[in-house]
Amino acid sequence: MEFFTLQDFMTFTKGTAYLLIIGALLAFPAFWRFLTERETPSVRDDEPHEHH
Amino acid sequence: MISESALSTIKSLLKPDKTWLTPFNIVCGVILVLGAIATLLRFTFGLSAVTNLTDYQPWGLWIGFDLLCGVALAAGGYVTSASCYIFGLKRYHSAVRPAILTAFLGYALVVFALHYDVGRPWRLPYPFIVQSGTTSVLFEVGGCVALYLTVLFIEFTPPVLEWLGLKKARNLVVKLTLVLTIFGVILSTLHQSSLGALFLIAPSKLHPLWYSTYLPVYFFVSSIIAGLSMVMFEGSLSHKYMHDKMDKTHLEESENVVLGFGKAASFVMAGYFVVKVVGITMDNNWKYLFTGYGLWYLVELLGFVLTPCLMYAVGVRERNLNLIRKTAGLAVIGIVLNRFNISLIAFNYHLPLSDRYFPSIWEFVVSAFIVVVGLLVFRFISTHTPILYEHPEYKEAHH
Repeated sequence: MEFFTLQDFMTFTKGTAYLLIIGALLAFPAFWRFLTERETPSVRDDEPHEHH
Repeated sequence: MISESALSTIKSLLKPDKTWLTPFNIVCGVILVLGAIATLLRFTFGLSAVTNLTDYQPWGLWIGFDLLCGVALAAGGYVTSASCYIFGLKRYHSAVRPAILTAFLGYALVVFALHYDVGRPWRLPYPFIVQSGTTSVLFEVGGCVALYLTVLFIEFTPPVLEWLGLKKARNLVVKLTLVLTIFGVILSTLHQSSLGALFLIAPSKLHPLWYSTYLPVYFFVSSIIAGLSMVMFEGSLSHKYMHDKMDKTHLEESENVVLGFGKAASFVMAGYFVVKVVGITMDNNWKYLFTGYGLWYLVELLGFVLTPCLMYAVGVRERNLNLIRKTAGLAVIGIVLNRFNISLIAFNYHLPLSDRYFPSIWEFVVSAFIVVVGLLVFRFISTHTPILYEHPEYKEAHH
Protein backbone atom coordinates (compact mmCIF):
# COMPACT_ATOMS: atom_id res chain seq x y z
CA MET A 1 0.00 0.00 0.00
CA GLU A 2 1.34 3.41 -0.91
CA PHE A 3 0.87 6.51 1.21
CA PHE A 4 1.13 10.09 0.04
CA THR A 5 0.45 11.92 3.28
CA LEU A 6 1.30 11.41 6.93
CA GLN A 7 -2.44 11.45 7.58
CA ASP A 8 -2.91 8.42 5.30
CA PHE A 9 -0.02 6.59 6.93
CA MET A 10 -1.22 7.25 10.47
CA THR A 11 -4.80 6.35 9.61
CA PHE A 12 -3.71 3.00 8.25
CA THR A 13 -1.14 2.07 10.91
CA LYS A 14 -3.10 3.34 13.91
CA GLY A 15 -6.32 1.88 12.56
CA THR A 16 -4.73 -1.57 12.14
CA ALA A 17 -3.10 -1.32 15.57
CA TYR A 18 -6.45 -0.47 17.23
CA LEU A 19 -8.13 -3.42 15.51
CA LEU A 20 -5.32 -5.72 16.61
CA ILE A 21 -5.53 -4.51 20.19
CA ILE A 22 -9.29 -4.95 20.32
CA GLY A 23 -8.79 -8.49 18.98
CA ALA A 24 -6.11 -9.14 21.62
CA LEU A 25 -8.30 -7.81 24.43
CA LEU A 26 -11.05 -10.19 23.38
CA ALA A 27 -8.62 -13.10 22.97
CA PHE A 28 -6.73 -12.72 26.28
CA PRO A 29 -9.61 -13.64 28.63
CA ALA A 30 -10.40 -16.66 26.43
CA PHE A 31 -6.73 -17.68 26.47
CA TRP A 32 -6.56 -17.26 30.25
CA ARG A 33 -9.63 -19.46 30.57
CA PHE A 34 -8.03 -22.07 28.32
CA LEU A 35 -4.94 -21.98 30.56
CA THR A 36 -6.68 -22.21 33.91
CA GLU A 37 -10.05 -23.97 33.54
CA ARG A 38 -8.68 -27.42 34.44
CA GLU A 39 -6.69 -26.12 37.40
CA THR A 40 -7.15 -27.77 40.77
CA PRO A 41 -6.83 -25.63 43.89
CA SER A 42 -3.23 -25.81 45.11
CA VAL A 43 -1.64 -24.92 48.43
CA ARG A 44 -2.72 -21.45 49.45
CA ASP A 45 0.10 -19.01 49.97
CA ASP A 46 -1.38 -17.42 53.07
CA GLU A 47 -1.54 -20.77 54.83
CA PRO A 48 1.24 -21.44 57.32
CA HIS A 49 4.13 -22.71 55.28
CA GLU A 50 6.87 -24.94 56.58
CA HIS A 51 9.63 -22.75 55.16
CA HIS A 52 9.16 -19.17 54.11
CA MET B 1 34.74 -21.38 63.47
CA ILE B 2 34.12 -23.01 60.10
CA SER B 3 31.19 -25.42 59.93
CA GLU B 4 31.44 -29.22 59.49
CA SER B 5 30.00 -29.04 55.96
CA ALA B 6 32.63 -26.54 54.82
CA LEU B 7 35.41 -28.71 56.30
CA SER B 8 34.07 -31.84 54.60
CA THR B 9 34.06 -29.97 51.25
CA ILE B 10 37.71 -29.03 51.69
CA LYS B 11 38.54 -32.66 52.59
CA SER B 12 36.65 -34.03 49.59
CA LEU B 13 38.51 -31.62 47.30
CA LEU B 14 41.87 -32.74 48.68
CA LYS B 15 40.97 -36.45 48.63
CA PRO B 16 38.18 -37.14 46.10
CA ASP B 17 36.21 -40.38 46.60
CA LYS B 18 35.42 -40.86 42.93
CA THR B 19 37.48 -40.45 39.79
CA TRP B 20 37.32 -37.01 38.20
CA LEU B 21 37.71 -38.47 34.72
CA THR B 22 34.05 -38.49 33.64
CA PRO B 23 33.11 -37.63 30.01
CA PHE B 24 31.58 -34.33 31.20
CA ASN B 25 34.74 -33.34 33.08
CA ILE B 26 36.99 -34.28 30.14
CA VAL B 27 34.98 -32.13 27.70
CA CYS B 28 34.95 -29.27 30.21
CA GLY B 29 38.69 -29.70 30.77
CA VAL B 30 39.43 -29.44 27.04
CA ILE B 31 37.29 -26.28 26.74
CA LEU B 32 38.99 -24.77 29.80
CA VAL B 33 42.46 -25.39 28.31
CA LEU B 34 41.40 -23.87 24.96
CA GLY B 35 39.84 -20.96 26.84
CA ALA B 36 43.08 -20.37 28.73
CA ILE B 37 44.98 -20.25 25.41
CA ALA B 38 42.40 -17.81 23.97
CA THR B 39 42.69 -15.67 27.11
CA LEU B 40 46.46 -15.56 26.76
CA LEU B 41 46.20 -14.57 23.09
CA ARG B 42 43.53 -11.92 23.79
CA PHE B 43 45.48 -10.21 26.56
CA THR B 44 48.90 -10.39 24.89
CA PHE B 45 48.15 -9.71 21.20
CA GLY B 46 44.88 -7.74 21.55
CA LEU B 47 41.39 -8.01 20.13
CA SER B 48 42.45 -8.25 16.48
CA ALA B 49 44.41 -11.45 17.15
CA VAL B 50 41.38 -13.39 18.33
CA THR B 51 38.28 -11.67 16.90
CA ASN B 52 36.84 -10.77 13.51
CA LEU B 53 35.45 -7.50 14.90
CA THR B 54 35.60 -4.47 12.62
CA ASP B 55 34.55 -0.82 12.74
CA TYR B 56 31.33 -1.91 11.01
CA GLN B 57 30.70 -4.50 13.69
CA PRO B 58 32.39 -3.50 16.94
CA TRP B 59 30.01 -5.68 18.95
CA GLY B 60 30.19 -9.33 18.01
CA LEU B 61 29.56 -12.71 19.57
CA TRP B 62 30.85 -11.71 22.99
CA ILE B 63 28.27 -8.95 23.27
CA GLY B 64 25.52 -10.82 21.38
CA PHE B 65 25.84 -14.04 23.35
CA ASP B 66 27.79 -13.49 26.56
CA LEU B 67 26.20 -10.17 27.41
CA LEU B 68 22.76 -9.92 25.77
CA CYS B 69 21.84 -13.60 26.21
CA GLY B 70 23.61 -13.78 29.57
CA VAL B 71 21.63 -10.88 31.02
CA ALA B 72 18.31 -12.07 29.55
CA LEU B 73 18.73 -15.65 30.77
CA ALA B 74 19.78 -14.43 34.22
CA ALA B 75 16.40 -12.70 34.59
CA GLY B 76 15.15 -15.73 36.54
CA GLY B 77 16.61 -14.12 39.66
CA TYR B 78 14.36 -11.08 39.77
CA VAL B 79 11.34 -12.91 38.32
CA THR B 80 11.45 -15.69 40.93
CA SER B 81 12.26 -13.54 43.93
CA ALA B 82 9.57 -11.01 42.92
CA SER B 83 6.95 -13.77 42.59
CA CYS B 84 7.90 -15.21 45.97
CA TYR B 85 8.59 -12.15 48.12
CA ILE B 86 6.63 -9.32 46.43
CA PHE B 87 3.61 -11.21 45.06
CA GLY B 88 3.70 -13.57 48.06
CA LEU B 89 3.63 -16.79 46.02
CA LYS B 90 5.49 -18.78 48.66
CA ARG B 91 4.83 -22.06 46.88
CA TYR B 92 7.68 -21.12 44.56
CA HIS B 93 10.11 -20.63 47.42
CA SER B 94 12.24 -23.65 46.61
CA ALA B 95 13.01 -22.17 43.17
CA VAL B 96 14.41 -18.92 44.62
CA ARG B 97 17.90 -20.07 45.65
CA PRO B 98 18.77 -21.89 42.39
CA ALA B 99 17.38 -18.91 40.44
CA ILE B 100 19.39 -16.37 42.46
CA LEU B 101 22.53 -18.49 42.05
CA THR B 102 21.98 -18.76 38.27
CA ALA B 103 21.37 -15.00 38.08
CA PHE B 104 24.41 -14.13 40.19
CA LEU B 105 26.68 -16.38 38.12
CA GLY B 106 25.09 -15.08 34.91
CA TYR B 107 25.80 -11.44 35.78
CA ALA B 108 29.25 -12.21 37.21
CA LEU B 109 30.14 -13.95 33.93
CA VAL B 110 28.72 -11.03 31.91
CA VAL B 111 31.18 -8.72 33.68
CA PHE B 112 33.92 -11.35 33.28
CA ALA B 113 33.17 -11.57 29.52
CA LEU B 114 33.23 -7.77 29.23
CA HIS B 115 36.89 -7.84 30.25
CA TYR B 116 37.58 -9.75 27.04
CA ASP B 117 35.39 -7.55 24.85
CA VAL B 118 36.28 -4.07 26.05
CA GLY B 119 39.51 -2.86 24.46
CA ARG B 120 40.90 -1.47 27.71
CA PRO B 121 39.14 -3.46 30.43
CA TRP B 122 40.84 -1.61 33.27
CA ARG B 123 38.67 1.34 32.26
CA LEU B 124 35.43 -0.51 33.05
CA PRO B 125 34.88 1.60 36.22
CA TYR B 126 35.44 4.84 34.25
CA PRO B 127 31.72 5.57 33.73
CA PHE B 128 31.44 6.09 37.49
CA ILE B 129 34.63 8.11 37.90
CA VAL B 130 35.75 10.23 34.97
CA GLN B 131 33.05 10.42 32.32
CA SER B 132 30.46 13.16 32.22
CA GLY B 133 27.80 11.62 29.97
CA THR B 134 25.21 10.44 32.44
CA THR B 135 22.53 10.74 29.75
CA SER B 136 24.10 7.83 27.86
CA VAL B 137 22.05 4.62 27.72
CA LEU B 138 25.26 2.66 28.15
CA PHE B 139 25.95 4.55 31.39
CA GLU B 140 22.57 3.42 32.68
CA VAL B 141 23.24 -0.18 31.64
CA GLY B 142 26.68 -0.09 33.28
CA GLY B 143 25.33 1.45 36.48
CA CYS B 144 22.42 -0.98 36.76
CA VAL B 145 24.53 -4.06 36.02
CA ALA B 146 27.13 -3.02 38.62
CA LEU B 147 24.46 -2.33 41.24
CA TYR B 148 22.40 -5.41 40.43
CA LEU B 149 25.47 -7.66 40.57
CA THR B 150 26.08 -6.29 44.08
CA VAL B 151 22.43 -6.91 45.02
CA LEU B 152 22.60 -10.46 43.65
CA PHE B 153 25.83 -11.10 45.53
CA ILE B 154 24.16 -10.12 48.82
CA GLU B 155 21.01 -12.10 47.95
CA PHE B 156 23.16 -15.14 47.18
CA THR B 157 25.12 -15.08 50.47
CA PRO B 158 22.63 -16.81 52.90
CA PRO B 159 23.33 -20.38 51.65
CA VAL B 160 27.08 -19.73 51.76
CA LEU B 161 26.84 -18.25 55.28
CA GLU B 162 24.75 -21.26 56.36
CA TRP B 163 27.41 -23.55 54.88
CA LEU B 164 30.13 -21.67 56.74
CA GLY B 165 28.09 -21.73 59.95
CA LEU B 166 27.98 -17.93 60.31
CA LYS B 167 24.51 -17.68 61.83
CA LYS B 168 24.47 -13.99 62.82
CA ALA B 169 25.63 -12.74 59.44
CA ARG B 170 23.14 -15.05 57.70
CA ASN B 171 20.23 -13.79 59.80
CA LEU B 172 21.21 -10.17 59.10
CA VAL B 173 21.24 -10.74 55.32
CA VAL B 174 17.92 -12.63 55.43
CA LYS B 175 16.32 -9.55 57.07
CA LEU B 176 17.26 -7.56 53.95
CA THR B 177 15.46 -9.95 51.56
CA LEU B 178 12.47 -7.74 50.73
CA VAL B 179 14.55 -4.58 50.22
CA LEU B 180 17.00 -6.46 48.00
CA THR B 181 14.14 -7.96 45.97
CA ILE B 182 12.64 -4.52 45.37
CA PHE B 183 16.05 -3.16 44.33
CA GLY B 184 16.49 -6.17 42.05
CA VAL B 185 13.18 -5.61 40.28
CA ILE B 186 13.80 -1.87 39.79
CA LEU B 187 17.36 -2.34 38.51
CA SER B 188 16.36 -5.22 36.22
CA THR B 189 13.45 -3.30 34.72
CA LEU B 190 15.84 -0.47 33.96
CA HIS B 191 18.75 -2.32 32.42
CA GLN B 192 16.89 -5.16 30.68
CA SER B 193 14.98 -2.55 28.69
CA SER B 194 18.05 -0.32 28.24
CA LEU B 195 19.91 -3.16 26.56
CA GLY B 196 17.26 -2.99 23.84
CA ALA B 197 17.43 0.81 23.86
CA LEU B 198 21.14 0.58 22.98
CA PHE B 199 20.13 -0.47 19.47
CA LEU B 200 17.88 2.57 18.99
CA ILE B 201 21.03 4.42 17.97
CA ALA B 202 21.35 2.28 14.83
CA PRO B 203 18.11 2.67 12.84
CA SER B 204 19.94 2.40 9.53
CA LYS B 205 22.00 -0.63 10.52
CA LEU B 206 19.35 -2.89 12.01
CA HIS B 207 16.79 -4.47 9.67
CA PRO B 208 13.40 -2.65 9.92
CA LEU B 209 11.64 -5.81 11.09
CA TRP B 210 13.83 -5.95 14.18
CA TYR B 211 14.31 -2.21 14.61
CA SER B 212 11.47 -0.60 16.48
CA THR B 213 11.03 2.22 18.94
CA TYR B 214 9.48 -0.51 21.11
CA LEU B 215 12.87 -2.33 21.39
CA PRO B 216 13.18 -1.52 25.14
CA VAL B 217 9.69 -2.97 25.70
CA TYR B 218 10.53 -6.09 23.67
CA PHE B 219 13.74 -6.64 25.61
CA PHE B 220 12.06 -6.20 28.99
CA VAL B 221 9.03 -8.41 28.24
CA SER B 222 11.18 -11.10 26.64
CA SER B 223 13.49 -11.04 29.67
CA ILE B 224 10.53 -12.13 31.83
CA ILE B 225 9.93 -15.04 29.43
CA ALA B 226 13.67 -15.83 29.47
CA GLY B 227 13.77 -15.76 33.27
CA LEU B 228 10.73 -17.99 33.72
CA SER B 229 11.89 -20.44 31.04
CA MET B 230 15.45 -20.54 32.35
CA VAL B 231 14.25 -21.39 35.88
CA MET B 232 12.24 -24.33 34.46
CA PHE B 233 15.05 -25.38 32.11
CA GLU B 234 17.72 -25.20 34.82
CA GLY B 235 15.33 -27.00 37.21
CA SER B 236 14.85 -29.86 34.76
CA LEU B 237 18.64 -30.21 34.34
CA SER B 238 19.12 -30.15 38.13
CA HIS B 239 16.37 -32.77 38.44
CA LYS B 240 18.14 -35.01 35.98
CA TYR B 241 21.73 -34.63 37.13
CA MET B 242 21.52 -33.48 40.76
CA HIS B 243 18.46 -35.36 41.90
CA ASP B 244 20.30 -36.77 44.91
CA LYS B 245 21.06 -33.25 46.18
CA MET B 246 17.39 -32.24 46.38
CA ASP B 247 15.41 -32.62 49.56
CA LYS B 248 11.78 -33.78 49.85
CA THR B 249 10.36 -30.24 49.88
CA HIS B 250 12.28 -29.26 46.78
CA LEU B 251 11.14 -32.35 44.88
CA GLU B 252 7.51 -31.88 45.96
CA GLU B 253 7.42 -28.19 45.07
CA SER B 254 9.09 -28.59 41.68
CA GLU B 255 5.79 -29.65 40.07
CA ASN B 256 4.12 -26.45 41.33
CA VAL B 257 7.01 -24.36 40.05
CA VAL B 258 6.85 -25.90 36.57
CA LEU B 259 3.05 -25.55 36.29
CA GLY B 260 2.97 -22.02 37.71
CA PHE B 261 5.92 -20.69 35.74
CA GLY B 262 4.70 -22.46 32.58
CA LYS B 263 1.35 -20.70 32.93
CA ALA B 264 3.00 -17.33 33.50
CA ALA B 265 5.42 -17.83 30.60
CA SER B 266 2.58 -18.79 28.26
CA PHE B 267 0.53 -15.69 29.13
CA VAL B 268 3.50 -13.30 28.95
CA MET B 269 4.50 -14.84 25.61
CA ALA B 270 0.98 -14.22 24.27
CA GLY B 271 1.36 -10.57 25.28
CA TYR B 272 4.85 -10.41 23.75
CA PHE B 273 3.50 -11.85 20.49
CA VAL B 274 0.77 -9.21 20.34
CA VAL B 275 3.22 -6.36 21.07
CA LYS B 276 5.53 -7.64 18.32
CA VAL B 277 2.67 -7.70 15.80
CA VAL B 278 1.57 -4.22 16.91
CA GLY B 279 5.20 -3.13 16.35
CA ILE B 280 5.08 -4.43 12.76
CA THR B 281 1.87 -2.59 12.05
CA MET B 282 2.92 0.70 13.70
CA ASP B 283 5.94 0.90 11.38
CA ASN B 284 3.96 -0.63 8.50
CA ASN B 285 6.59 -3.32 7.97
CA TRP B 286 4.24 -5.94 6.51
CA LYS B 287 5.91 -5.67 3.11
CA TYR B 288 9.21 -6.98 4.49
CA LEU B 289 7.64 -10.21 5.72
CA PHE B 290 7.79 -11.76 2.26
CA THR B 291 11.52 -11.19 1.79
CA GLY B 292 14.34 -13.50 2.94
CA TYR B 293 14.80 -11.60 6.19
CA GLY B 294 11.02 -11.56 6.61
CA LEU B 295 10.84 -15.35 6.47
CA TRP B 296 13.63 -15.54 9.04
CA TYR B 297 11.67 -13.07 11.20
CA LEU B 298 8.60 -15.31 10.89
CA VAL B 299 10.70 -18.31 11.97
CA GLU B 300 11.59 -16.38 15.12
CA LEU B 301 8.10 -15.03 15.76
CA LEU B 302 6.03 -18.10 14.90
CA GLY B 303 8.55 -20.84 15.68
CA PHE B 304 10.07 -19.47 18.87
CA VAL B 305 7.34 -17.22 20.31
CA LEU B 306 3.91 -18.42 19.20
CA THR B 307 4.77 -22.15 19.16
CA PRO B 308 6.27 -22.25 22.69
CA CYS B 309 3.39 -20.04 23.90
CA LEU B 310 0.86 -22.63 22.71
CA MET B 311 3.02 -25.57 23.84
CA TYR B 312 3.25 -24.07 27.34
CA ALA B 313 -0.53 -23.54 27.35
CA VAL B 314 -1.27 -27.14 26.31
CA GLY B 315 1.34 -28.42 28.78
CA VAL B 316 -0.23 -26.47 31.67
CA ARG B 317 -3.76 -27.48 30.71
CA GLU B 318 -2.87 -31.15 30.41
CA ARG B 319 -0.51 -30.96 33.44
CA ASN B 320 2.17 -32.40 31.15
CA LEU B 321 5.39 -31.49 33.01
CA ASN B 322 7.58 -33.13 30.40
CA LEU B 323 6.09 -30.97 27.63
CA ILE B 324 6.49 -27.80 29.72
CA ARG B 325 10.15 -28.59 30.46
CA LYS B 326 10.87 -29.26 26.78
CA THR B 327 9.10 -26.03 25.86
CA ALA B 328 11.31 -24.18 28.33
CA GLY B 329 14.33 -25.38 26.32
CA LEU B 330 12.69 -24.16 23.10
CA ALA B 331 11.89 -20.78 24.65
CA VAL B 332 15.49 -20.38 25.85
CA ILE B 333 16.72 -21.10 22.29
CA GLY B 334 14.19 -18.53 21.05
CA ILE B 335 15.56 -15.82 23.34
CA VAL B 336 19.12 -16.59 22.21
CA LEU B 337 17.95 -16.47 18.58
CA ASN B 338 16.24 -13.10 19.15
CA ARG B 339 19.36 -11.55 20.69
CA PHE B 340 21.52 -13.00 17.89
CA ASN B 341 19.15 -11.61 15.26
CA ILE B 342 19.28 -8.13 16.71
CA SER B 343 23.00 -7.94 17.45
CA LEU B 344 24.46 -10.10 14.67
CA ILE B 345 22.20 -11.51 11.95
CA ALA B 346 19.91 -8.57 11.11
CA PHE B 347 22.60 -6.04 12.10
CA ASN B 348 24.45 -4.53 9.12
CA TYR B 349 22.00 -6.41 6.89
CA HIS B 350 22.68 -3.97 4.06
CA LEU B 351 26.39 -4.82 3.79
CA PRO B 352 27.62 -7.23 1.10
CA LEU B 353 28.35 -10.71 2.41
CA SER B 354 32.10 -10.17 2.13
CA ASP B 355 31.91 -7.29 4.64
CA ARG B 356 29.60 -9.10 7.04
CA TYR B 357 30.87 -10.27 10.40
CA PHE B 358 31.26 -13.91 11.31
CA PRO B 359 32.86 -14.77 14.66
CA SER B 360 36.35 -16.28 14.66
CA ILE B 361 36.99 -19.69 16.20
CA TRP B 362 38.58 -18.02 19.23
CA GLU B 363 35.44 -15.98 19.84
CA PHE B 364 33.45 -19.24 19.97
CA VAL B 365 36.11 -20.73 22.26
CA VAL B 366 35.89 -17.83 24.73
CA SER B 367 32.07 -17.99 24.78
CA ALA B 368 32.14 -21.77 25.37
CA PHE B 369 34.82 -21.24 28.04
CA ILE B 370 32.59 -18.78 29.88
CA VAL B 371 29.58 -21.13 29.73
CA VAL B 372 31.71 -24.00 31.08
CA VAL B 373 33.09 -21.84 33.90
CA GLY B 374 29.47 -20.98 34.81
CA LEU B 375 28.36 -24.62 34.70
CA LEU B 376 31.25 -25.82 36.86
CA VAL B 377 30.85 -23.06 39.45
CA PHE B 378 27.08 -23.69 39.56
CA ARG B 379 27.69 -27.42 40.06
CA PHE B 380 30.28 -26.81 42.77
CA ILE B 381 28.16 -24.32 44.72
CA SER B 382 24.90 -26.26 44.43
CA THR B 383 26.66 -29.50 45.41
CA HIS B 384 28.25 -28.10 48.54
CA THR B 385 25.90 -25.40 49.83
CA PRO B 386 22.17 -25.56 50.67
CA ILE B 387 20.81 -24.46 47.28
CA LEU B 388 18.70 -27.47 46.31
CA TYR B 389 17.97 -28.51 49.88
CA GLU B 390 17.37 -26.76 53.18
CA HIS B 391 20.12 -26.61 55.77
CA PRO B 392 18.94 -28.76 58.72
CA GLU B 393 19.61 -25.94 61.20
CA TYR B 394 17.39 -23.45 59.35
CA LYS B 395 14.39 -25.63 58.44
CA GLU B 396 12.02 -23.59 60.54
CA ALA B 397 13.60 -20.26 59.72
CA HIS B 398 11.46 -17.62 58.04
CA HIS B 399 13.02 -15.67 55.23
